[in-house]
Amino acid sequence: MQPDPDTILSANRIDKVFPGAKALSNVDFSLRRGEVHALLGENGAGKSTLVKCLTGAYHRDGGTILLEGAEIDPRDTLDAQRLGIGTVYQEVNLLPNLSVAENLFLGRQPRRFGLIDTAAVNRQARALLAEYELDIDVTDGLDSFSVAIQQVIAIARAVDVSGKVLILDEPTASLDAHEVAMLFRVVRRLKARGLGIIFITHFLEQVYEITDRVTILRNGQLVGTRETASLERRELIAMMLGRELAAEVHDEAGTAKTADGPVRFQFRDFGRKGRVNPFNLDVKAGEVIGIAGLLGSGRTETAEVMFGARRADSGTATIDGKAADLSSPRAAIRHKFGFCPEDRKTDGIIGDLSVRENIALALQARRGWARPIPRAEQDRLAAEYIKALDIRTTDAEKPIRLLSGGNQQKAILARWLATNPEFLILDEPTRGIDVGAHAEIIRLIETLCEKGMSLIVISSEIEELVVYSHRVIVLRDHEHVAELTGAEITTESIVNTIAGPAKTPSKSAAAAGEIA
Amino acid sequence: MSMIGLYGKRLLPQFIALAIILGLVSIAFPGFFNLQIQNGRLYGSLIDILNRGAPVALLAIGMTVVIATKGIDLSVGAVMAICGAVAASAITSGYSLPATLLITVGVGVLCGLWNGILVAVLDIQPIIATLVLMVAGRGIAQMVTNGAILTFNDEGLIFIGSGSLFGLPMPVVIWITAGILVALLVRRTALGMLIEAVGVNRRASTLAGVSTPVLLIAAYVLSGLCASVAGIIAAADIRGADANNAGLWLELDAILAVVIGGTSLLGGRFSVAASLLGAMIIQSINTGILLSGFPPEFNLIIKAAIIVFILVLQSPKLQGTLAFFSRSNAAPKPAESKAK
Amino acid sequence: MKFIKALSCATVLAGCVFSGASAADMTVGFSQIGSESGWRAAETTVTKQEAEKRGIDLKFADAQQKQENQIKALRSFIAQGVDAIFVAPVVATGWDEVLGEAKDANIPVILLDRTVDADKSLYMTAVTSDLVHEGNVAGKWLVDTTAGKPCNVVELQGTTGSSPAIDRKKGFEEALKGHDNLKIVRSQTGDFTRTKGKEVMESFLKAENGGKNICALYAHNDDMAVGAIQAIKEAGLKPGTDILVVSIDAVPDIFQAMAAGEANATVELTPNMAGPAFDALAAFKKDGKEPPKWIQTESKLYTQADEPQKVYEAKKGLGY
Repeated sequence: MQPDPDTILSANRIDKVFPGAKALSNVDFSLRRGEVHALLGENGAGKSTLVKCLTGAYHRDGGTILLEGAEIDPRDTLDAQRLGIGTVYQEVNLLPNLSVAENLFLGRQPRRFGLIDTAAVNRQARALLAEYELDIDVTDGLDSFSVAIQQVIAIARAVDVSGKVLILDEPTASLDAHEVAMLFRVVRRLKARGLGIIFITHFLEQVYEITDRVTILRNGQLVGTRETASLERRELIAMMLGRELAAEVHDEAGTAKTADGPVRFQFRDFGRKGRVNPFNLDVKAGEVIGIAGLLGSGRTETAEVMFGARRADSGTATIDGKAADLSSPRAAIRHKFGFCPEDRKTDGIIGDLSVRENIALALQARRGWARPIPRAEQDRLAAEYIKALDIRTTDAEKPIRLLSGGNQQKAILARWLATNPEFLILDEPTRGIDVGAHAEIIRLIETLCEKGMSLIVISSEIEELVVYSHRVIVLRDHEHVAELTGAEITTESIVNTIAGPAKTPSKSAAAAGEIA
Repeated sequence: MSMIGLYGKRLLPQFIALAIILGLVSIAFPGFFNLQIQNGRLYGSLIDILNRGAPVALLAIGMTVVIATKGIDLSVGAVMAICGAVAASAITSGYSLPATLLITVGVGVLCGLWNGILVAVLDIQPIIATLVLMVAGRGIAQMVTNGAILTFNDEGLIFIGSGSLFGLPMPVVIWITAGILVALLVRRTALGMLIEAVGVNRRASTLAGVSTPVLLIAAYVLSGLCASVAGIIAAADIRGADANNAGLWLELDAILAVVIGGTSLLGGRFSVAASLLGAMIIQSINTGILLSGFPPEFNLIIKAAIIVFILVLQSPKLQGTLAFFSRSNAAPKPAESKAK
Repeated sequence: MKFIKALSCATVLAGCVFSGASAADMTVGFSQIGSESGWRAAETTVTKQEAEKRGIDLKFADAQQKQENQIKALRSFIAQGVDAIFVAPVVATGWDEVLGEAKDANIPVILLDRTVDADKSLYMTAVTSDLVHEGNVAGKWLVDTTAGKPCNVVELQGTTGSSPAIDRKKGFEEALKGHDNLKIVRSQTGDFTRTKGKEVMESFLKAENGGKNICALYAHNDDMAVGAIQAIKEAGLKPGTDILVVSIDAVPDIFQAMAAGEANATVELTPNMAGPAFDALAAFKKDGKEPPKWIQTESKLYTQADEPQKVYEAKKGLGY
């Protein structure tokens, strides 16, 4: 890396390994003075891991971090703060029951005769907030102010303590347009003061509005760093969701895949308020439907209402022409549904139970407690799937939490395959698993559909969807906006559909207008 | 490895702790292991331990299952008091013995149902949900007995507390039978595994199709049922229902028995047999203190010291350290990881 | 019906003020601790009976074990302008203010059963039993009964550290002083409960050669004695003959045991604290005679010679 006098913070070749998964590999990142730098990527891309390495919350396994040219090695977040790197999270981590002034100076109050000098605290707090054009009563409790004001107070504290680099981790997630505008005014002011600001968000409009450069991560790897102004929205999405391999995979996919089985599962006006708008979907036997969309577009929510994990409040579902009750997971399982959730740890594995028990669980639950699966049968099931899916474990009695992410994922798949499902929903089946397991799971999806199973696969890996999907549903803003079939299924077209027509005035665009 | 071998390994720490305590007591009181037959039943300090430990053992059975679901049942002591009071007032108002037992066990089941619904349906934290009945229960029991000790003379009911069967006191026969029944129920059906699954990860279990609310309610009902039997025994033992004192603080002893038995308060893997051993460990300490002849001022200190010692012995950190030392003493074995 | 009444009482914490007999020349407010024991319930019953006997209007308030409820009740009595206040204080401290208010309103206060840490001028008198004396009476009975024969005594103490346990032990030991034939060989707490009384007695029997070394049991209350009697029977011995049983309180159940020959003696802690209090009050109202600051109730000894079955019948209805 060529030394750039403007660079305030640079991270070189950062590695971070978690048991069973490489969270960051060889990631470079640099931040200039007076710059707002967006850090983008889907869930699990490594954004928060990178930030945590920078702030000392995690200890990196490789690479160097330079702050103003000097190598640093923060032991923890406090250490990072002292060095000059402050962080403000979406959930303000201040003390709501203390006053604004106390929050600003907690742990470093001016003292007089060994006692806290409250008058001085309040005076200095007012002075500090005046820089942010915030004229509030600093003696009021923090919780009497809105989240946006609390954000600004948190920023004021972080900047006052640290003063060189400010990391904003999804600060706008729960703010309205007006509040976003106020926050951005503060950010611009700090930028003018020469701070380096890292900005993490899911709102692309805000990226274009406030940032100078973007760095995009995917699967723990650096995709690239670009000037925001010269980066097209479409290209940005492609970088986030992956496209480099598009050409090759596309050829391989053999374009016009169609399933010619009868329609078995029909969803009409199916949806749930605030989660996913009513949609229509017909699924044939032996068909793989890919679901694409950005995080928060309603893709996981689509899976949840279909499986009954969240009860649909509109529409009907029919299976082979007969009305089907899908109001709970148990009801859905009765109709031979299966669901591998996105978050394996909290929604999938039963950590302390053995691989065998995890595989047998759904089948056992369907049979009921009074009809236990004989131990010999459980052993046989476990052995069969450990072999068939190549689950790497020393033996079937090992607690599943000790397995790597990919093997956990395969065990959960085995759990559903053991129930002989006819309709299987996979939410991000390849997230956070190593390359080998990744390919195996894709192969498995194809084998299952050849056997006549209907599959819904949600993935933020677009090339992957292109490989196995017969049809791809694209979601945006909780709405099923498009259905691509046959030759339409290309990385290019999926990315374009996700990006959508960019002219709809978004809330932050409106906010930008307000500022101007 | 055989099943017996596997269970034996699981219960080894509890057996060792029990053996050490019994050894200590026999040093302080040499006649400790004496057993004789008197009035057609075994008689001796060891039998006293089995007999006096009956209420805590019964409570520990239900508590184990509840704790396995990541819950806790603070109400069992109060439910004992309620059920003792109900049994006493039913038998004194002329109900037959079977009817009395049925009513009492029914009340215990209702108490469990109440807790279970609060936890499973209304999603209230178990410690809070069962605290309600813990506080209110003793009041309810006092209302049933009108604040006095309600005595009875029904020979049948008294037999449950102080009669004997196969040479063993009835309470011993009852808790051992209950322990075996519950252990069979959870291990011969899929209940045990499903309960453990719910305890480890309730959300994931629900998504896998496990009917978590039913299982949770069943766990608390079992706990209420065990508490009602314990309540009957406690009342039958003294031929009277003492609403103020029956089962007082026994919920804590039951939780302690489960903990000594090695079942984690965080839910998941459980062993009824280990909890029963835990209950016997606690009772051995109690009986040992009484036999030793120390002034009563020391009772609680001695008990606390022994329990701290046992828990420290069982702590994973210490076991890790011990394993480390024994490994560094022995020649390093390459097969170490495989043996695990 | 009683059930419902109790229930509604339980909901109104401070309340439960209902009057006893009407048409009287005097109104007395009585703030009772609660009904935590049979003896307490009996005290309430006897107090109401004694008031009725004298034609006194008794306003009764149950404090549910809470001092704040008692203070509220006392203030309400003062506001109603009663002629006197009886209070069985739940704790010893924190009474100065409200007793001062009563004094300012010229309402005499009489403490029942327990005393308070407050200036003696703030109340007229306290009617209580002498716990040391009770233990002494029990001890004396044993000294007389054994008449110099050697005798090993086991003792079931009350809850460790409680004043009845300390005082009843002290009084008993004082009575035994100088009688070397009597030796306390084992002493453990039975927490004043039947269950623990039975459990501890079982261990005494094991520890003392199956009970053959024990000649007498002294229990700090009757409940523990009742539990211990069962343990003695289950060990194949005859309580009352093989092992003498003496205890304190005189609750109905011990009279049943005495009638069956299974217990030998009990010392009464009378539930009638109100009777002497009403008498002192009447004397004061009549000719202004201030009673002494402490009225000691009688600690009466009952033995098998006192027709225990009759006493049992008489006491049964008192709510023990």
